[in-house]
Amino acid sequence: MRYAKNFLYIVGLPALLLIGWVLWSAQSTSFFVPTWEQMTNAFSTTWTWSRMTTDVFPSVGRLIAGIIVSIILGIVVGLLVGSFRWLRQLMEPTMEFFRAVPPVVLIPVFMLLIGIGDDMKIAVIVLGAVWPILLNTVEGVRSMDEVLSDTSHTYRISGVARIRYLILPSAMPQIMAGIRQSLSIALILMVISEMFASSAGLGYTIIQFQRSFAIPEMWSGIVVLGLIGVIMSFIFQIVERKVLAWYHGQREMENAG
Amino acid sequence: MTTSPEEHTPVINQGTMADTPDGHIPVGHTLPEGEALLSVRNLKKIYHTDGGDIEAVRNLTFDLPKGELTCLVGPSGSGKTTLLKAISGLLEPTAGEVKLAGNLVTGPPKNMAVVFQEYGRSLYPWMRVRENVELPLKVAGMDKAKRSQLVDDALEAVGLDHVPRSYPWQLSGGMQQRVAIARAVAYQPEVLLMDEPFAAVDAQTRADLEDLVRRVWKQLGVTVLFVTHDIDESVYLGSRVVILSSSPTIVQQDIKIDLPDERDQLETRSSARFAELRHHVYEQIQLAKQGFRPDAAKAQV
Ligand SMILES: Nc1ncnc2c1ncn2[C@@H]1O[C@H](COP(=O)(O)OP(=O)(O)O)[C@@H](O)[C@H]1O
Ligand SMILES: [Mg+2]
Repeated sequence: MRYAKNFLYIVGLPALLLIGWVLWSAQSTSFFVPTWEQMTNAFSTTWTWSRMTTDVFPSVGRLIAGIIVSIILGIVVGLLVGSFRWLRQLMEPTMEFFRAVPPVVLIPVFMLLIGIGDDMKIAVIVLGAVWPILLNTVEGVRSMDEVLSDTSHTYRISGVARIRYLILPSAMPQIMAGIRQSLSIALILMVISEMFASSAGLGYTIIQFQRSFAIPEMWSGIVVLGLIGVIMSFIFQIVERKVLAWYHGQREMENAG
Repeated sequence: MTTSPEEHTPVINQGTMADTPDGHIPVGHTLPEGEALLSVRNLKKIYHTDGGDIEAVRNLTFDLPKGELTCLVGPSGSGKTTLLKAISGLLEPTAGEVKLAGNLVTGPPKNMAVVFQEYGRSLYPWMRVRENVELPLKVAGMDKAKRSQLVDDALEAVGLDHVPRSYPWQLSGGMQQRVAIARAVAYQPEVLLMDEPFAAVDAQTRADLEDLVRRVWKQLGVTVLFVTHDIDESVYLGSRVVILSSSPTIVQQDIKIDLPDERDQLETRSSARFAELRHHVYEQIQLAKQGFRPDAAKAQV
């Protein structure tokens, strides 16, 4: 019974929207609003297996690579910057500068420096997605509980052990919040990175449809993008709930007491 | 001076007056060179803050002999935590020194464990009880079988062998503090420092935990410095009480607790000698709170 209710909550709104759209689009005469029949047709003819392997999977692969590199880079640099005050002072103005530069404007520069291959596209994703993780990690490291830190010192937990058993887990709630923000940025940049000098990819395909006025196909591509976003956030939630089980448990306890 | 109207056997004052860099002031009980396990000499701590300097500790001198349970009592803000941090190498003193077994303390020493008042913030919330107790041993590189045994023993000693898989935040305050004590016990320190460990637990739990500390102390033969602002607790627990003045802090008095070795919450606390010692410590603390300083009194006479 409870599961049925939860299920209804989850699919309720999407189902309503879907029905609304079917009804509304059925009598559409606008060129830009395809009927639902056109859409479903376009969807099944466009997103064939071969299209998946040539356009979707490579894009998703770059997306995943970009996210992984962002996470590793953001956490490692964030740990360093958060741990050393002098490094923080040294890096702060520079970081602010690079953070303020929209990664999109750097694409031409990257094309010259790294070429037009996967590396360039991954670099674009990383350049945008790394910041929330990096800055949140810095904050997480800095907001370390003083008593916990003292305790660890008295038990001579230092060096790598300190990072592994103290700093990293204690910063994890903030790191996770940073990763969540980065995911959506990475998805946007995945599309944008394929706007220049590309010949394949999900973003490229959607833009091609748009330029050739293949409107139903374009819409169907946008739906695919949305689905990727939903799947990403779903996976993230599962991981987050597992990694931060202690954090949510503790919070619940505090609220209850 | 402070005259007690009652005609009891005198309280045994172990302290003396001494010439220090901070003048002719009372100091705690000291031992001949090389005999003390922990030795604090002319310890001074001045905090430099944006709002100006705060002299938390002016001059503290005392020794801890090996295997003794000493209580340190003083009004809040008298620099007890500051002293413990200096002893445990977390804080560099402004002047003076701390020596552990003859070696100058410059960082957290190997054979020392500290139990803090804030149990909720001294346990790792992302680790289960057992992992919390085990971590220092694991990091020290102890082999698995040995540390597993130590953790089991420690959890049993504090009466927590039934919750090794709980998270600390699932436990009551008293039980969390037991975990912190178990962690200290498993670490097998030579010196155990405790900073008002039971200030935040309820009275009944507190009595149990006090007896636990005495039991652990006897079992391990560890040297304990127990900091508290609770006068009854300080008299009940130890074989000695060092009373601190209010800030800027010096040793107000260092007295011997000549209660029988077997302590009992009911019997000991209702004995005449307990009442007398308690009365004396209370009086000294009141004097300290009013800003009475043995050195200042001396100067006025
Ligand atoms: N980190 C600090 N910076 C500045 N002043 C401090 C700091 N820690 C403690 N103090 C001051 O030093 C004095 C003694 O504090 P503390 O050692 O915590 O006393 P106690 O533990 O006896 O209550 C207090 O006046 C307190 O405000
Ligand atoms: Mg304190």
